[in-house]
Amino acid sequence: MSNFAPAASAYVPTAGIPAQRGESGWRVAARTALPFLVVALAWETTAHLDIFPRKLFPPLEDVVGALLRLTSTGVLPHHVLDTLIRLLAGFALAAAAGVAIGFAMGRSRRAEDVLLPLISIGAPIPGLAYAPLFLLWFGLGNVTAVLLVAVVSAFPIIFNTWAGVKAVKEIWVRSAQAMGADDRRLLHQVILPGALPYMLTGLRLGLAQAWRILVGVEMLAAVPWGLVWMIFGAREFLNTDVMLAGVAVIGAIGLALEKFVFQRLERYTVVRWGMMS
Amino acid sequence: MSAATKGAMERAASAYRAGLTLLLAAACYEAVARSGVFPAALLPTLPKIASTLWALLLDGTMLEHAGFTMYRVLFGLAIAIAVALPLGILMGRFRTVENFCLPLASALMPIPSLAWVPVFILWFGLGNSVAILIVVYAALFPMLLNTWSGVRAVNPLWLRAAGAMGADERALFWKVIIPGASAFIITGVRQAFLRAWIAVVGAEMLAASDWGLGWVIFDAKEFLNTDVMMAALAVIGAIGFVFERLVFGSLERATVMRWGMVRAAKG
Repeated sequence: MSNFAPAASAYVPTAGIPAQRGESGWRVAARTALPFLVVALAWETTAHLDIFPRKLFPPLEDVVGALLRLTSTGVLPHHVLDTLIRLLAGFALAAAAGVAIGFAMGRSRRAEDVLLPLISIGAPIPGLAYAPLFLLWFGLGNVTAVLLVAVVSAFPIIFNTWAGVKAVKEIWVRSAQAMGADDRRLLHQVILPGALPYMLTGLRLGLAQAWRILVGVEMLAAVPWGLVWMIFGAREFLNTDVMLAGVAVIGAIGLALEKFVFQRLERYTVVRWGMMS
Repeated sequence: MSAATKGAMERAASAYRAGLTLLLAAACYEAVARSGVFPAALLPTLPKIASTLWALLLDGTMLEHAGFTMYRVLFGLAIAIAVALPLGILMGRFRTVENFCLPLASALMPIPSLAWVPVFILWFGLGNSVAILIVVYAALFPMLLNTWSGVRAVNPLWLRAAGAMGADERALFWKVIIPGASAFIITGVRQAFLRAWIAVVGAEMLAASDWGLGWVIFDAKEFLNTDVMMAALAVIGAIGFVFERLVFGSLERATVMRWGMVRAAKG
């Protein structure tokens, strides 16, 4: 299952900007800002040299203008909100189903034998390949988008939960049982904390997967509102500034999901319990 | 009964149960498909899917589509590796390069590659170049970040030891840094391929380029050819599986395992 490798071997790159010793905050900020300034300058120069038509290669002030205009008219927030609701609905379904299936597979040999072949067949197919099939079955719109996101992001969650439950040391389980823990306490106080680092990795990979798939699905499923739909729609009118503004917002959401949701969650749970440093 | 035979019996029981599950699942699917609850055009029976797949394989169209998709993935992956590998190594070795590239990479990485499809279509037109560029974008960042962290994870003690034994910069690079970072680099290639494989299917659907497995599925939808869609899905799954297991598995065995690096990277 190396494509959804568990926490111990999957390196999930979280690029941060490491502060070097003896550097002030200002210097770090300046150092981080410099490459963006260089790229922005290069972009501006190219855009104003009129090598490419302005419609296709808008200068940055147009992009920022589009961003502000769309935000102030409330169009952009509406798109963002719809996209986020779809993401969360799909991911919540995937997390609930994935953790339940993963637990069942980790605890029961029978469930493992039954479910593993089915899942191993489904997992190597890229999620978007299912999209046209889902469109035929469930029609254009929200149902398809949410279901597809759920199905696709469930796989890494299942695999990692399964690996995590299996990685709980047998000796912890037996010593808890010897000290008189019933099944419920065993689950809550031994297996769950033991499997949690893997589960969090799975949820994190699942959320990243959900986000990538949602971007593709929104273009295909013709939903009335949605960030990516906005980008796709703007193409028809050659509104490259709107498209680039949309791409920037997508990047910001992706970054925020990683930084504020998962790194926080990790700090509050596994790091505090001493499962991971 | 010895432990070995017991283990073998357990494995046999597992395989038996796995086979049984698959048979049961297939039977359930077949029953639903034949019951006529859903229109036959939407839920084709398994023999129909198999015969469609066989026919498409025989007349060569499926192979041609698969060939085009593979060409896009491998070409894009090759470009991504050619860019990301040297850049990642430079980032790992030189602070200045790291300071410049890392913020840019962390800003671009969270943008899913498919979000660029409409923009790239406007800039480069429909067709092959969009699909390949999307693959490059998808594969670039896992490769870059893994190479970078691999080079940084090389034990500084090894570098100093090699230096003390008189290794010059060249020997240091080829004999210490590259093998030391290899486990990360191979993980990078693997992740990059997975991302590329997902991205190429989406790009082919959206950038409509006449050939390619993603296009087959999307095109078949227009004509309600669900059997063709399922056949193409099976081919996509099979190729992904073969690459993951056979190509990368043997690559790993041939390099990092032989050099004894895997345990160092995974432990």
